[in-house]
Amino acid sequence: MRKLMRGAFVIGRRDFSATVLSKTFLFFLLGPLFPLIFGGVFGGIVGGTVGQHDKIEVAVIASDAAFGPLQAARDRLAGAIDNDRVVRLVHVLPEPDVAAQQQRLLSGGEGQFRAVLSGIPDHPKLAGAIQPDGTTAGQLRLMLASAADGNAAQPPLLVTHTAASAGPTPRDQATTGQIAQTALFFFTLLLSTMLLSQLVEEKSNKIIEVVAAAVPIESLFVGKLFAMLAASVLGLIVWTAAAAAVVASFKGLSALPPPATGWPVFLALVVIYFAMNYLLFGAVFLTIGAQAATVREVQTLSMPVTFGQMLIFGFAAAGVAAPNSGLALAAGVFPLSSPLAMVARAAQEPGIWPHLAAIAWQLLWVALILKLGASMFRKTVLKSGPRTRWWPRRA
Amino acid sequence: MLRPPQHERFHGRNAVEAIDLVKDFGATRAVDGVSLSVPSGSIYGLLGPNGAGKTTTLRMLLGIIDPSSGTRSVLGRERPIDAAAEVGYLPEERGLYPAMHARDAIAFMGALRGLPLREARRRAELLLDEHDLGEWARKPIRSLSKGMAQTVQLLGTIIHQPRLIVLDEPFSGLDAINQARLEERIRRQAQDGATVIFSTHVIAHAERLCERIAIIAKGKVAFEGRVDDARARLRPIVRLRTRASDGPWRSVIPADAREEAGHLVFELPASGPEPLLRALLDGGAGIEALAIERPGLHDAFVAIAGESAAAAMVEEKPQ
Repeated sequence: MRKLMRGAFVIGRRDFSATVLSKTFLFFLLGPLFPLIFGGVFGGIVGGTVGQHDKIEVAVIASDAAFGPLQAARDRLAGAIDNDRVVRLVHVLPEPDVAAQQQRLLSGGEGQFRAVLSGIPDHPKLAGAIQPDGTTAGQLRLMLASAADGNAAQPPLLVTHTAASAGPTPRDQATTGQIAQTALFFFTLLLSTMLLSQLVEEKSNKIIEVVAAAVPIESLFVGKLFAMLAASVLGLIVWTAAAAAVVASFKGLSALPPPATGWPVFLALVVIYFAMNYLLFGAVFLTIGAQAATVREVQTLSMPVTFGQMLIFGFAAAGVAAPNSGLALAAGVFPLSSPLAMVARAAQEPGIWPHLAAIAWQLLWVALILKLGASMFRKTVLKSGPRTRWWPRRA
Repeated sequence: MLRPPQHERFHGRNAVEAIDLVKDFGATRAVDGVSLSVPSGSIYGLLGPNGAGKTTTLRMLLGIIDPSSGTRSVLGRERPIDAAAEVGYLPEERGLYPAMHARDAIAFMGALRGLPLREARRRAELLLDEHDLGEWARKPIRSLSKGMAQTVQLLGTIIHQPRLIVLDEPFSGLDAINQARLEERIRRQAQDGATVIFSTHVIAHAERLCERIAIIAKGKVAFEGRVDDARARLRPIVRLRTRASDGPWRSVIPADAREEAGHLVFELPASGPEPLLRALLDGGAGIEALAIERPGLHDAFVAIAGESAAAAMVEEKPQ
């Protein structure tokens, strides 16, 4: 094991230096920024109109007499535009301690409310994870004005932004999961061709003989995989920083629906699942790419490999809507879709233990695929070991 | 200058031993029961025409490929990879990373064999200086000439001062000057205690360098032993020129004697030179020239591996 890791380190160090210190690495770093910037710009525009009112529910603490005109105003607004695009109002009768009631409603004990409206009609106050100039607050101002029925002395709506609220619905959290899942898929997709061609250099330069005589073949695979992982993590840091800058310039992190595990744990899991997704696909790509003798063969292989990746992404994405469904669990268990399925789960379900089990499971598969890859490489490329027969020889 | 390694010789032990190595590639048997014993500290040659199974044998000995059957031991280890830190290997098809600097390429090969990178770089610089390539240390491999690149790879093979050096066709592609330099380097490595195994299809190299050889033909070992023993398999050759073309002396000339440039060429009879000389003198041959030559390795090779194998070998005049 020590010999294997030492050899992997020597190979990994060389590969990492050769990748990162080359001029082309700058293009590698810049490449994903273009779609990210465009995505950020257009996402910001679209998000501004859609983001805050997609089936958002607001609890209204009010008497029947006060709530009636507001609900009527909401219905009028819903008749004028699409009903689904108008904030839903849930009537709650006031309790003696309204402040405590508001806190309870925001914490999610009695429903998934993005905000709580109280003090209507004379002193309307809105509290929750919303922006004062966002569409939710804007719609409520319109409703309050409409409910006042031409009363010129309509008091202004006081909006209090709170970071924590029960506002994000499971659907919101699924959106966070989908964003993380798509990002993981996208980054791994970008790296797949690089991984496919990793061994072509050694094979075309005939260095493979020197390496194979000096270290176990597994070292070659592990070294290459981790060198590329290190290079891609470097890229990920650059890309994440750029993405964070784009997000921050538009709305800030609070504009995104918070995940069930909380931001710190979720972000840590995103990084871990990126690494796991990369290692799993990387091990498979390295195994497939090792069979290719030329760059042309790698190019030919890259299309079916990309389709395979998309298929697995589709499988993982299908389970996002229902994280405890059989489909989602199957996607979590199947090694190649496991990181994508589990990162979405991290956004939707608060438990940590399933993630620890999943990470251990994925690591096991990384080791198994690498072992298989090295064995196949020895047999098919180095022509070593007994020939594998997939079906019995005819008598 | 690099301090020569003080190798411990395997007293009474062989650096490499192979017993009945067999390698099948599908239905083709590339190596068929090869057995070798390479004494430690010796220069050992694997001779045979292209396709005889030399490279496959070396790759099995190094653990690059596993044999289909048979056993091998390298520096006392049954798994060659366990001895990798003490082995240097120059493959037949040379390869280096083109963008790597010469110093780093040598150091990389040393690091693969267990040298710390800093020490490997230090040694690489010394070796490059020793071989008048110091000014190329920080130049990429792609800017080096073919001969320089080959030297760089050879230096990478010996940077970690291995106890066993395996060179697969090391002379191919080198000009005469570099061939002579390489021969000298091989001798020096052996003097420092390393065991050197090299394969070649040029008999002259083996004849000049090796103490022991294995002649491989069609995947089998046709001969394994000392070079002198291979030669001793043949009787000395007699080259005779006479004034008389016929006479009683003709009775002592073997029937298979051949004519070469006015000389009769034949094997020295088992009875030795004295009876032959006496018969020639008494029989009135009129000796103009008589030479008794020890057979060369080429002649031994022909006798051992056959004419067709010998024809496939490259014969080279000793320089």
